Amino acid sequence: MTLLRITNGRIIDPAQNIDRTDDLWIQGDLVLGIGSRPDLTASQTLNATGKIVCPGLIDMHVHLREPGREEDETILTGTRAAIAGGITSVACMPNTEPPIDSQADAEFMRMQATRAGFANVFPIGTISKNREGKELAEIGGLVAGGAVAFTDDGSPVVSSEIMRRALEYTQMFDKAVLSHCEDLELTRGGVMHEGFESLKLGLRGMPAAAEEIMVFRDIALAEMTGGRLHILHVSTAGSVELIRSAKQRGVRVTGEACTHHCCLTDASLRTYDSNYKMSPPLRTPKDVDAVLEGLRNGTLEVIATDHAPHSREKKTREFDQTPNGIIGLETLLPVCVVELIEKKRLSWPQLIEKLTINPAKVLSIDRQRGSLHTGKIADVTIIDPQAEWKIDVEQFQSKSRNCPWHGQTVRGRASAVLVGGIVKLNDGQLINA
Amino acid sequence: MIADWTRKHLLGLEELSAREIGIILDAADDMAKLDPNATSTELKGRTVANLFFEPSTRTRNSFGLAARRLGAATLDFTSSGSSVSKGEAFIDTAKNIEAMGVDVMVVRHTSPGSPHLLAKHLRASVINAGDGPHEHPTQGLLDIFTIRRHKGRVEGLTVGLIGDILHSRVARSNIHGLIKLGAKVIVCGPSTLVPRELKLWGVEVAYDFDDILPHCDVINLLRIQFERQRTGLFPSIREYAFLFGMTGERMRRARPDLLILAPGPINRGVEVTPEVADGIHSAILEQVANGLAIRMALLKLLCGV
Repeated sequence: MTLLRITNGRIIDPAQNIDRTDDLWIQGDLVLGIGSRPDLTASQTLNATGKIVCPGLIDMHVHLREPGREEDETILTGTRAAIAGGITSVACMPNTEPPIDSQADAEFMRMQATRAGFANVFPIGTISKNREGKELAEIGGLVAGGAVAFTDDGSPVVSSEIMRRALEYTQMFDKAVLSHCEDLELTRGGVMHEGFESLKLGLRGMPAAAEEIMVFRDIALAEMTGGRLHILHVSTAGSVELIRSAKQRGVRVTGEACTHHCCLTDASLRTYDSNYKMSPPLRTPKDVDAVLEGLRNGTLEVIATDHAPHSREKKTREFDQTPNGIIGLETLLPVCVVELIEKKRLSWPQLIEKLTINPAKVLSIDRQRGSLHTGKIADVTIIDPQAEWKIDVEQFQSKSRNCPWHGQTVRGRASAVLVGGIVKLNDGQLINA
Repeated sequence: MIADWTRKHLLGLEELSAREIGIILDAADDMAKLDPNATSTELKGRTVANLFFEPSTRTRNSFGLAARRLGAATLDFTSSGSSVSKGEAFIDTAKNIEAMGVDVMVVRHTSPGSPHLLAKHLRASVINAGDGPHEHPTQGLLDIFTIRRHKGRVEGLTVGLIGDILHSRVARSNIHGLIKLGAKVIVCGPSTLVPRELKLWGVEVAYDFDDILPHCDVINLLRIQFERQRTGLFPSIREYAFLFGMTGERMRRARPDLLILAPGPINRGVEVTPEVADGIHSAILEQVANGLAIRMALLKLLCGV
């Protein structure tokens, strides 16, 4: 069995409260331990001097588009993009065509990921059959197929009754319900945040209340049923406050912030650039501050990208006819470094926690992943926090190009990535099988 | 004066300075003096294309006539009866039209930001002839031009914009232009169609027409736009006309030199009664003539002539 040594890196493992320079030892596909171990001889050594060594990053909100929209992305291109971005595991959303609402669908996702041989893919199953919001999907079957959580993301669950039953039923499997909170009646026709900017631009807006109304509803249902609730892409100050006070009451609710909601505002829409169009939309500086504070004080425990690839043609239409979303796998690290670390909003351990053990817990995969404890699967990310580079979407592994940070000079990049003890990225280059 | 103009496109009044607006108005003054039947050759050899994805009576024909009066060739594209029905994309349509040798593309579309998208992807100059509810800069300019010709100035006047401000590109362009030139702007209409946030723009927000009418030097009556609304924004046409229609009765309580403007088309009996629309205070038809002068001036400026 191979013995791999990652030497002299700053090991940050928030699950174990570790933040020190040391060696990490990997035997086969598992973590052997942290420490200098003079009794061992490594068959392979990776030098991590000047770099951060942490558990493989987990992006729990990714759209891989396969099956159905392979022109935007495939499981192969998406998992390659993840590795290039330093991400070892993605949880993929079920709004594919057909949606992931059965055991066979979930197994297909995992098989495709295994065939691709890059990042791990953990399928998220739908809450309802065909994502129609009318009847519960075969959640037990989905769990058997490998689904780790449930959502109708892309869409909210309109029926409070169905949402209630989902929060009850998933408790049998101890899995979380991930909620896309949006009152569709209030947002109908909306293409950006409703506020002074949308008023000036003549664009129909989506008010903050549309998200908050459903956050309130879902929290009330979680409180009533005792189920596990996770609010996806929290974007408003009001939502953050609702989650904070629910936690104080002991409700089992967790919150997620997307990278773009940590830094971009609705003023970005002034040029009508569709690379700033997503749902939930970019909001006001006050909302961004609230999201950042929520991350800082633990109200929001997860950072994710909501990687939403759309082919070039789709994003070059008239603004209100372009689909919502931007890619994010390959910009996760630099955006976090520039906006969160360099601006001193989060420390490195705080950031890593929100990208490793916290999403692992929400996805119920923390028994084997999210930490570098002895015996865990050896998914490892090695980050060069100082590496300065210019974002060029044409060089991306992703099939799509819808990225608002194209052309910007940033710092922070994955220099090496291991999945199950196997090096998939080294010196910033993907290692093909 | 014309030599001071540097912009390649006219996408809105928001980005123009007071000086740039002045250049256009002064150039339009010159155009208005010309014999309406004369044709010049200033734009000979140039092609001006109309790219209209929304219906239009005034703007489309006005631009066409303005181009031809200056000696340019014109091309008239309307989306109905075009390959748009075969699924051709917006940018492809524009690029294909441009490929026929177009120097200036005049575009009207339901989606805000469409002219901006063309300006990014085409080589031609782009004029926004109305992008959804966002802006209609040439209408704003001709409204302001009409005010200036009647009142001798814009600065210090009180201008009331009446009606559905929320969905009105005419309102937005007027607000930008009037504020830059130092007018006081009051927006007035149903509270579902006149959001409070408009205050942040430096305009006064009012909901009682009779209250503000005596203070206005000019009123601009916006059409209540059935095609841009969803239901639930106001109960009936009758109620709208009752609260916000400009009637002879209201005229008697207004300033004796009140100037009445309206972008066409008007719903007679709704925003304005025939008595007022055809009366001595109304500059509605004159606006149309002024529109021609503004558009001729603009074409010359953008072509560097």
